Amino acid sequence: MNAELRSVKTNAERMLADAYQASKAKLPGGRKVVALREAAAARFDVLGLPNRRVEEWKYTDLRALIGEAKPLAGVPDAAAKARSKEAGLLIGDMDARRIVFVDGTFVPELSDLANLSPGLRIRSMAQALAAGDPLVDANLGKVVPAEREGVVELNTALMRDGAVIHVAKGATVERPIHLVFAATGDRPASVFTRSLVVIEQGARAMLVESHDATAGHQVNTALELVIGDKAHVDHIKVTSGPSDLVHISSLMAAVGAHARFNGFAFNIGGGVVRNQTFVRLDGEGTLTGLRGASLLKDKQHVDSTLVIDHKASGCQSREVFATVLDDESRGVFQGKIVVRQHAQKTDARMMTRALLLSDEAEADNKPELEIFADDVQCGHGATSGALDADLKFYLMARGIPEIEAEGLLVQAFVGEAIEGIEHAGLRDALMEHVVAWLRKRGS
Amino acid sequence: MPMLEVKNLHVTVDGKQILKGLDLTVNKGEVHAIMGPNGSGKSTLAYVMAGKPGYEATEGQILLDGEDILAMPSDERAAKGLFLAFQYPLEIPGVATMTFLRTALNAQRKKRGEAELSTPEFLKLVREAAGKLEIDTDMLRRGVNVGFSGGEKKRNEILQMALLQPRLCVLDETDSGLDIDALKIVSDGVNRLRSPDRAMVVITHYQRLLDHIVPDVVHVLSAGRIVKTGGKELALELEASGYAQFQGEAALAS
Repeated sequence: MNAELRSVKTNAERMLADAYQASKAKLPGGRKVVALREAAAARFDVLGLPNRRVEEWKYTDLRALIGEAKPLAGVPDAAAKARSKEAGLLIGDMDARRIVFVDGTFVPELSDLANLSPGLRIRSMAQALAAGDPLVDANLGKVVPAEREGVVELNTALMRDGAVIHVAKGATVERPIHLVFAATGDRPASVFTRSLVVIEQGARAMLVESHDATAGHQVNTALELVIGDKAHVDHIKVTSGPSDLVHISSLMAAVGAHARFNGFAFNIGGGVVRNQTFVRLDGEGTLTGLRGASLLKDKQHVDSTLVIDHKASGCQSREVFATVLDDESRGVFQGKIVVRQHAQKTDARMMTRALLLSDEAEADNKPELEIFADDVQCGHGATSGALDADLKFYLMARGIPEIEAEGLLVQAFVGEAIEGIEHAGLRDALMEHVVAWLRKRGS
Repeated sequence: MPMLEVKNLHVTVDGKQILKGLDLTVNKGEVHAIMGPNGSGKSTLAYVMAGKPGYEATEGQILLDGEDILAMPSDERAAKGLFLAFQYPLEIPGVATMTFLRTALNAQRKKRGEAELSTPEFLKLVREAAGKLEIDTDMLRRGVNVGFSGGEKKRNEILQMALLQPRLCVLDETDSGLDIDALKIVSDGVNRLRSPDRAMVVITHYQRLLDHIVPDVVHVLSAGRIVKTGGKELALELEASGYAQFQGEAALAS
């Protein structure tokens, strides 16, 4: 029997389906886009919200975690725009080109589109969808098609805006591009953003995404990233927000031959956060680093899930994730390395570490290797534990109070992952967040 | 008032009694050596003074300037002027030695109601102290003790001692793992800190350290108690005759 088993829809699923029906006529895009949305909505109708029966979502049961879907965010008014002037400060004072999205809508007057360097094109996804932009036509939904991913389908059905960035062959974009996503206002809303970034052969760019939120919004954001042969791309995502924020993010990246891709995800807020990353190594000899650090407290639930698919030979991938858990928080790490039959000489290593600062915190680590080639080096490691009591004693014996001693050790723990960011200013800015987080903990 | 008075100290570790009624009095300006065979309780004494978790004093007192420190957390003991130079200094990857030194120094100053040091003041202090111990300041940018040799770790302990200027220094087997040149550098570092206002308790298995750091008083620790006290000549006597005689005495006493 191949019939799909459909379970009874939850309140949230019904609300999302209704929201799509009610708004689809107003969502941007021509005939092709409409068809894309319709197909995605139909698949979401079958899949529903991910839940514990779906292996990849076993620890993050959205059906149980989301009681009701919030209404779709409206077009930001002057007040919303004013509120978001301060957004994006998470990355410190690094010089970057700010492209601002308020409640999921591109705001040109807050964005810096002047003097784009040669080879760099930036436009909003809404414009690109409406205009039938060939870049979008060629790539949207096709970079790394996520199979049976309810949240990605939902994103495709309801996407309203986002960034479309193109860096031409051989171009170097010196100034980092900062995509500022601000969900504003006191009334919780659903925000669906979709971005597409295509970095052509031999080009170089650094992309920073920051996500701030002011209330219990439900954010579903997705980014498709095409990295051409010999290109060099850094992608850093920083997420923060209040304890009732639901933030679901999907990064789908395809990496060409001899390209370098450095990804980093930093989480320092939100109630339920899922960062899922799907990376496909299409060309041989790529160097990929996926790193992340999360600081959790109270009842936060942060899930970092990644699938790295070695499809070509001689690629190197490194994954290093560090999670600090305080209070009753829960951290989930799922990392899967797939090595296809032809991907000989693969060198893949994954390490995830959880530091539990409280007896009530929980860390779930699920590393997986799926290897079909026979000449590879793959490894994974997972640790979770409390702070080293002997190290703490050593620091305290020098006069450092307990909470400060713990702070130093936590900084060292997180620092190992943050060291993987090449940009020194950004590294420092993130370390400052770590220090501030620790200071709050101590007060 | 003596600077340090240990009275009838009983200590258990993992439910096992290690110290069994230890008494020790040290006045300021004095250097006391505590010698004893392996397993006699030397390191336990060092750790319990510094407040290591798991070292439980079941009876007795440790008075520093007349105040019992047993209930104090380690950092408060340090701020009161107690310093333990570790037998096995720990490695702390990710915490730069400079950060560690500065955090420790400022934490102690703060607790004593003194102003924090400015960066230039601090750097000047560190450079001077490190120079005397032949420590390359580049090493101080690395993680605490990470990639240090045994001798470098011990020198780093003495550097911390020199910076923190404690009033009571407890040196736990500071000579272990040192070659003769390193022993000289470390001993010179310790000797520079000898002062009429400072006391030292030097714990060692071997007499050779006491050729360099000459004690005023030598105690023999065996089976958890001080079994003999004498002058510096006692160390030489032990070197010649060994600990066996005292182990016999301790066995009889218990």
